[in-house]
Amino acid sequence: MSDDLINIKVNQKEIQVDKNLTVMQACEIAGEEIPRFCYHDKLSIAGNCRMCLVEIEKAPKLVSSCTMPLMEGMSIITNSEKVNAGRKGVMEFLLINHPLDCPICDQGGECDLQDQAMYYGFDKSRYKENKRAVDNKNMGPLVNTIMTRCIHCTRCVRFATEVAGVPELGMLGRGENAEITTYLEQSITSELSGNVIDLCPVGALTSKPYQFKARPWELKRTDSIDIFDSVGSNIRVDSRAEEILRVTPRTNEYINEEWISDKVRFNYDGYYQQRIDTPYIKENQKLSISNWEESLKVLKDKLKTLKPLALIGEHVDLETGYAIKKFMSNYGKDNVECRTDNHAILESLDSYRFNTPLNDIENSDLIILLGTNPKIETPIINHKIFKAYNNDAKVFNIGENISLNYKTEYLGESLSSLNNENLIKALKKSTNPLIIIGSAFLNKIKNIKTLKSIFSYADKYKVITKEKNNLNFLNPYASRVGQLIIGNTTNNLCEPFSNLKKDNFELVLSFGSEHIANEQFNNCFKVYFGHHGDDGAMGSDIVLPTPLYTEKNGTFVNIEGRPQEAKKCHNPIGSAKEEWSILKKLSDELSFDFTPNTFDQLRSELFDKYPILSDYHEIIAVENSTSITPDIEFEDCKAEYPVSNFYMSDVISKNSVTMAKCVEEIISTPSLLEKSA
Amino acid sequence: MSGNHPGLSNNFSRSGEKFSWSKDNLRSIKNIISKYPKGREQSAVMPLLYLAQEQNNNWISIECIETIAETLNMPKIRVTEVASFYSMYNTRPVGENLVQICRTSPCWLRGSNKITKTICKETKCEINDTSDDNKFTVVEVECLGACSNGPMIQINNDFFEDLDEESTKKIIDNIKEGKPNVIGSQKGRRSSENA
Repeated sequence: MSDDLINIKVNQKEIQVDKNLTVMQACEIAGEEIPRFCYHDKLSIAGNCRMCLVEIEKAPKLVSSCTMPLMEGMSIITNSEKVNAGRKGVMEFLLINHPLDCPICDQGGECDLQDQAMYYGFDKSRYKENKRAVDNKNMGPLVNTIMTRCIHCTRCVRFATEVAGVPELGMLGRGENAEITTYLEQSITSELSGNVIDLCPVGALTSKPYQFKARPWELKRTDSIDIFDSVGSNIRVDSRAEEILRVTPRTNEYINEEWISDKVRFNYDGYYQQRIDTPYIKENQKLSISNWEESLKVLKDKLKTLKPLALIGEHVDLETGYAIKKFMSNYGKDNVECRTDNHAILESLDSYRFNTPLNDIENSDLIILLGTNPKIETPIINHKIFKAYNNDAKVFNIGENISLNYKTEYLGESLSSLNNENLIKALKKSTNPLIIIGSAFLNKIKNIKTLKSIFSYADKYKVITKEKNNLNFLNPYASRVGQLIIGNTTNNLCEPFSNLKKDNFELVLSFGSEHIANEQFNNCFKVYFGHHGDDGAMGSDIVLPTPLYTEKNGTFVNIEGRPQEAKKCHNPIGSAKEEWSILKKLSDELSFDFTPNTFDQLRSELFDKYPILSDYHEIIAVENSTSITPDIEFEDCKAEYPVSNFYMSDVISKNSVTMAKCVEEIISTPSLLEKSA
Repeated sequence: MSGNHPGLSNNFSRSGEKFSWSKDNLRSIKNIISKYPKGREQSAVMPLLYLAQEQNNNWISIECIETIAETLNMPKIRVTEVASFYSMYNTRPVGENLVQICRTSPCWLRGSNKITKTICKETKCEINDTSDDNKFTVVEVECLGACSNGPMIQINNDFFEDLDEESTKKIIDNIKEGKPNVIGSQKGRRSSENA
């Protein structure tokens, strides 16, 4: 028997468990469910709801199992009359001040208090005195509060402090006067604030946009992937008929744990605004409604004579990317580009992905942020850096002096600040250093030698070793890593996209890329395949409607190189057609080879060509490239951050009313900019 | 106790004036913080709230909270939580003299109700109210720990014990006229010796 295991009994059943667990965790291992409100395994232990009472032999009173450490030989009883009576007592006290408004409460049907009251509640109240009522608090445009329902579990307070890293929530007063509030009722300024809605065990904190919209049992659940940043958080999309009503997280310990960003949680109203629902053709400088037959005929004629270039946007799935590549191969090489932001890469996968597995970030003791603002580009990664920071990691920042929710040491604005003395000293001492280089620099690097120098630098200071590769490349786009794996890029790896010779192309096909509006394409014939009308569609000659990620199946590779599937939730809006089927039709008419007849055939052809992509949920393995160039030399480039406004970073969130409210109430309210320390 | 009690309200307000530590207080703060281990400076929040209240006319304004949060490098909401938890930190302005009347059983048995009535009549203000001339704020509190000398009241930092209606009226009158008062027992008892 190992030293770490001890023998205990749960309801007379003998088990061996780790001695560092609590009584509650041991009971769970033994298969006993313990009711709880305040305990949450991602948060610190508070022990204030008292619902998890159990009996321990030889202990005079019932003990709260979430706070109680285990001891050798402990005998725990969870099903005795005494335990039941204790829990019933706690429940009666909790219900004293809880309103009986379940019929009009948004939490109804998925409420911890409701569920547990079924087991431990009395059928009628013995309480004859006045119930207390609490004023509702403002927590911003996303979180709706009905504070009379609050049972003071403090999960939201602990979440804001420990996970989101914004100590803005707190419990004021005491006893009957205790109230949960934000400091002076200001909006929560975190990008993860929506998660308090899931954490709240009662209906005190609910979703403002989802208020009075539906009951949980009416909703159809679809498992999907967050495509509004590159992390690929696992989400669950709840819809009724042809409308998405809410988005909530799915637990994935390797990626997003139990959290998702506010953008994907709340921007779904933007899915239905400004949608392109039918084909358009430009006539006399004005887009006018057309139909598929006519628009495809015009496009086919253009494709016969003009030399095309395809641009791939940030929300394009792999199957679509593969179909585009297949179609464009009929026109020669180097005519598909997903690096529309001038993203510099080397050939190997480890030069454009996040090489550290996301759940390993927290083990690092030194983190260098190079031209990245993880707080607004990828809030989930920012949370992991915050975890490392709380484990005493030092964080250095190079680029702009951005403000984050943890302390960073600012070294300077250019890449050459990597040679800063303090940094070198710290790097030499560090046992597990980590570098994150973001798009702010990657999009500016023009000399391939700089990129190679970064690898050599990482090699020199043990960021890359035989066992691990902690040199990470971070871009905020969901499609990028996957599209680069299937080679949807021109071969000039560090050559800026803006240098693409316009003479070489006469026809631009943009698949959701707004860069089609760039000046460099002014003389080209422009075709926009997309779902939202914005700059890209406005300036184009033909606009073809395509479905959103929730309206078709698709594979996305997340930033660490993990293929995942986004599933179809409902039918496309209007007459939108999937991109591959449009390309298939065009291929048939132009007599190109395009064998797949169905989406499944297309997908299996993709997986045959790129077997590494077929292993869903596993990180693609590659060998580390080390010591690429002997001398380290950084070019001078100025950081330009890809995301300046978290709530409005793409066409979909720009069209969301909820996101617009966030900008107004969270970003534009000046008093909120002065953060508490 | 009613939610209007200045020490038991969760609603904080701004005074409208900047709050910065006086020189004396800055010296005391240094001394107070040095009593706590390094990295645990935030433990000094309670003595600092007390100093701030003393300096800020006996109440804690939002400006005070922000200054304390800055001094101790801690989130403002954490300071707010502490200030709202304890009833002796006043969260709204009080009169020059904060009259706290003990109403717990021993004082009550010895007639604290009469004392309350007298005080309200003499100061012309209700419980939890401030008089029009801003001289008095009257509140009822639980035990102040001078049970054997009940009934008793506390005015700012001073205890007045062994009260009856007459002596209470005199105390209030003296304050109104700016005359000094005898602190402690009004019957000439020393501490809590046998009466």
